[in-house]
Amino acid sequence: MKIAARHSKGITILEPKGKITIGIGDVALRDAVHEAMDAGSENILINLGDVTTIDSSGIGELVSAYTTVTNRGGKLKLANLPPKVQDILQITQLVTVFDVFSDEEEALASFE
Amino acid sequence: MLGDLVNSGRSEAMTTSEPKVCLEIGSRTENVELVQIAVKASLQQLRIDTETSQAIGTAVREAVANAIQHGNGMDPDKQVRVECSFDGDEVVIQVRDQGNGFDPKQVPDPLDPDNLMRPNGRGIFFMKKFMDDIQFSFEPAGGTVVTMRKRVTLQPPAASQEEEDER
Repeated sequence: MKIAARHSKGITILEPKGKITIGIGDVALRDAVHEAMDAGSENILINLGDVTTIDSSGIGELVSAYTTVTNRGGKLKLANLPPKVQDILQITQLVTVFDVFSDEEEALASFE
Repeated sequence: MLGDLVNSGRSEAMTTSEPKVCLEIGSRTENVELVQIAVKASLQQLRIDTETSQAIGTAVREAVANAIQHGNGMDPDKQVRVECSFDGDEVVIQVRDQGNGFDPKQVPDPLDPDNLMRPNGRGIFFMKKFMDDIQFSFEPAGGTVVTMRKRVTLQPPAASQEEEDER
């Protein structure tokens, strides 16, 4: 999986597509977050709109990314969650941890 | 490609008269995908609704990933055996590894506030959430068997075009 990265208002927006699962998208997500931080990005928005499947490994990578970005003084937020991903975050109670927004514009505005 | 991934075994369509899918894979993470594809295809043939099929698929994915990573320790020479059967009103999945076993009671609760931000430890939790029942058993010679059950309601067969035309 190749994760597209773009920038808006000083925020790096990552757009994973397809599966964030063990051996497929989990490592790609980790690499994309670390690349963004290495390039100087403090704040990261992950647009999950094109994610079709996420498993416990994928959830683990989201948690790791959140912890890593937060520990460096930045913010990591999520936007555009498909219903299945939303359900998983509810089940795991991680909706109480992540800042989740229904669309990208709303999420970008929240960083200001 | 499949020949590279599957060390041995067979995969057959499930029917109510011959209710079995059986796969044996090497302990490589890419094989998780292979197992899920095979199980999903079999559930589709049984006309199980999409939501239930996805729930079972998620649980299978987690069980196989656990068997590969934690059971067999990613040793590609150790096998994971997956059996999927159907007995009329429930799907039964068994995933068997060749590891040293574990104590299910010692698995931390991922919803405990102290564990919420742990990057791992949600596999068994997902299996329990998406299936009706899961049981662990341990072979005397080594190896863990997880048995997962889920009650299903089969969709009626799609009406033939001829029947549709008569309506």
